[in-house]
Amino acid sequence: MKYDEQPTLPPPANTIGAVGWMRKHLFNGPYNSIATLVLGYFLISWMIPIFQWSIFDANWIGETRDACTGDGACWVFIGARLNQFLYGFYPEAEYWRLNLAFILLMIAIVWLVLPQTPRKGWMAIFLLVIFPVIAFFLLYGDAFGLKQVETHKWGGLSLTLVLAVVGIVASLPLGIVLALGRQSEMPIVRSVCVIFIEIWRGVPLITVLFMASVMLPLFFPEDMSFDKLLRALIGITLFQSAYMAEVIRGGLQAIPKGQYEAADALGLGYWQKMILIIMPQALKLMIPGIVNTFIALFKDTSLVLIIGLFDILAIGQAANQDPNWIGFSTESYLFVALMFWVFCFSMSRYSMHLERKLHTGHGNRT
Amino acid sequence: MYSDIPNSGHKPDGGSKQPKASPASRPKFWNDPQKRSLLFQTLLIAALGFFFYTVIDNTLTNLEQRGITTGFDFLTQEAGFGISMSLIDYTEASSYGATFVVGLLNTILVAVLGIIAATILGFIIGVARLSDNWLISKISAWYIEIFRNIPLLLQIFFWYFAVLRALPHPRQSLEFMGSYFNNRGLITPAPVPEDGFGLVWGALLVACVASWFMSRWAHKRQDLTGQQFPIFWASVGLIIGLPLLMFLLAGTPMSIDHPELKGFNFRGGLTIIPELIALWLALSIYTAAFIAETVRAGILAVSHGQTEAASALGLSKGKTLRFIVIPQAMRVIIPPLTSQYLNLTKNSSLATAIGYPDLVNVFAGTTLNQTGQAIEVIAMTMTVYLTLSLLTSLFMNWYNSRMQLTER
Repeated sequence: MKYDEQPTLPPPANTIGAVGWMRKHLFNGPYNSIATLVLGYFLISWMIPIFQWSIFDANWIGETRDACTGDGACWVFIGARLNQFLYGFYPEAEYWRLNLAFILLMIAIVWLVLPQTPRKGWMAIFLLVIFPVIAFFLLYGDAFGLKQVETHKWGGLSLTLVLAVVGIVASLPLGIVLALGRQSEMPIVRSVCVIFIEIWRGVPLITVLFMASVMLPLFFPEDMSFDKLLRALIGITLFQSAYMAEVIRGGLQAIPKGQYEAADALGLGYWQKMILIIMPQALKLMIPGIVNTFIALFKDTSLVLIIGLFDILAIGQAANQDPNWIGFSTESYLFVALMFWVFCFSMSRYSMHLERKLHTGHGNRT
Repeated sequence: MYSDIPNSGHKPDGGSKQPKASPASRPKFWNDPQKRSLLFQTLLIAALGFFFYTVIDNTLTNLEQRGITTGFDFLTQEAGFGISMSLIDYTEASSYGATFVVGLLNTILVAVLGIIAATILGFIIGVARLSDNWLISKISAWYIEIFRNIPLLLQIFFWYFAVLRALPHPRQSLEFMGSYFNNRGLITPAPVPEDGFGLVWGALLVACVASWFMSRWAHKRQDLTGQQFPIFWASVGLIIGLPLLMFLLAGTPMSIDHPELKGFNFRGGLTIIPELIALWLALSIYTAAFIAETVRAGILAVSHGQTEAASALGLSKGKTLRFIVIPQAMRVIIPPLTSQYLNLTKNSSLATAIGYPDLVNVFAGTTLNQTGQAIEVIAMTMTVYLTLSLLTSLFMNWYNSRMQLTER
């Protein structure tokens, strides 16, 4: 008897390719098939008008309201006010300063995010210490021959970024101190930190902003006057530092106890132990958490509208009230939403990527 | 244990005095951890004391200069402004204290409504996110990504200004089953209870108590004999059926107040103001995205072996989800879920941006502006939210200690 090796048969045609994929993911069983068909119908019947309205029937080119025919979205409205959306009421001749600060920020962030760039530590120090100083002089001016631009002229996306970046950079050191204090063995230090953290975490940001704008002037001597933006920044920083402290505490607790004990055994003092052993390991673990708080803060900056600052949402609100452009509020909300969404979505993707890189679990993942 | 190691002051908890150590090896007092920590804490207290003293002193001076008297006397004064929506009787002649209660109740109302809707929506989307149907899973993924990454305030504005304010005027209202929908809100027929309606409430109470006892009895019986009892449907029948029966027996003690168009607006009926609808929609949709992620993470945290074991036992997919996965996932889901509820409650303070009369809008807004009692008003407002969050964390601690796995 002779055995010939038979050639391997190809898999059945309906299990490979597009058909196979659809059978497996869309039509595997009667309920799923019905669900796919019903949902697909609704999706298509909604998506077509939305695309029609926002892209194909929309008006893109023009300067005034007359350019809008009314069939679709009027993106002319956004185009006419794009500078305000991005720069607020900053003088037009000085836009380059905002652009330069933004480019510097982006370079620093891209440097930190890309995996293969060298000297990340120095870049982080630049971003956290030197960049804020440069940005302050660039934005505010009144030094090095730059014209002064008062903060009430700041607005739009640039103000949103200022609030978010200052909020995170200033709350980081405060948060580290609070987190260390909460883990401290000194009872008074610990309870002061716990009370501080729990109070700020327990109240909504809006009451904090109210407090900063109404009560802060009462707390200081009469002759000390605070800028409105500075008051908002103080409120945001205090609020944010409590959340930051909790993120950092999470990172500190994730470090195995052996590391603390080994540092003690080597005879390192408290600060040596923290700076040389614990923090370098913990900070790495904290980055996803810090990015997540940054996303939350970035969205929360929109609340400054309530105390009268003109962030990008407030500019959109003001644009909707313009008598020349009544009736296009949907367009402006969508534009502002898109701006926020692009920033928040890319940050959340980055933090998810980091979490995957740092975490190897055994959950219910198939 | 290692008492022969000289007390060099490096270990904060190892700083106990060594009677055997010679005076020469005794550390300098600033190297002694105990003394040092005492010094630190004294300094901290002194700094805090100085800070608070300065702040309070400045505040009192400033208030004096502005002619504001401190104290809570203003709560009994007449408020003199109207509030668009109130769950209790409130008129312009009511006191500032009443504005606090009205605001608080409105906050609680929107928070409770939002929590219910967000939980239902969030659980549906969270489970759908894990569906093996590609379309369902992708739609829920996009729902989560879209609504989670757009600021809540923007969503509130969108629903309020772009959707609800753009509805037709009362005369061209959209009509649906006796309800009217226009830019003044949703006007529905209002049920007006008459004499004897209290009996129906009583029946509802009895039904709830009875179903609680019934579920205890059914559990006990199942433990003893293995026989199952349809608790869920029996309870639903009891809770709906008994009050309904009582309602019919008492001679339908309820009339319906239908809204009517008179002039430019509706009279009668129950008006749900557009601010409430916008806030409720935005809060539910936004928080549902977060709850969905929580639910998904909770389900994923249940080890895959559990699902496989359930299918090895021959349980159907639905039963696996109901009896194996969800009960274990709830352990992981509940703590973040409560903090989402707390977030929703805190976020409801954004109501002030569209003028829904919640605590922050009415009390920390109008009342503060009219009385100028910034310190007292802000302190009272913050206390409310702080109390809520403290209660939540107490609940969470209690729940965690109850639910902790007893590991072997």
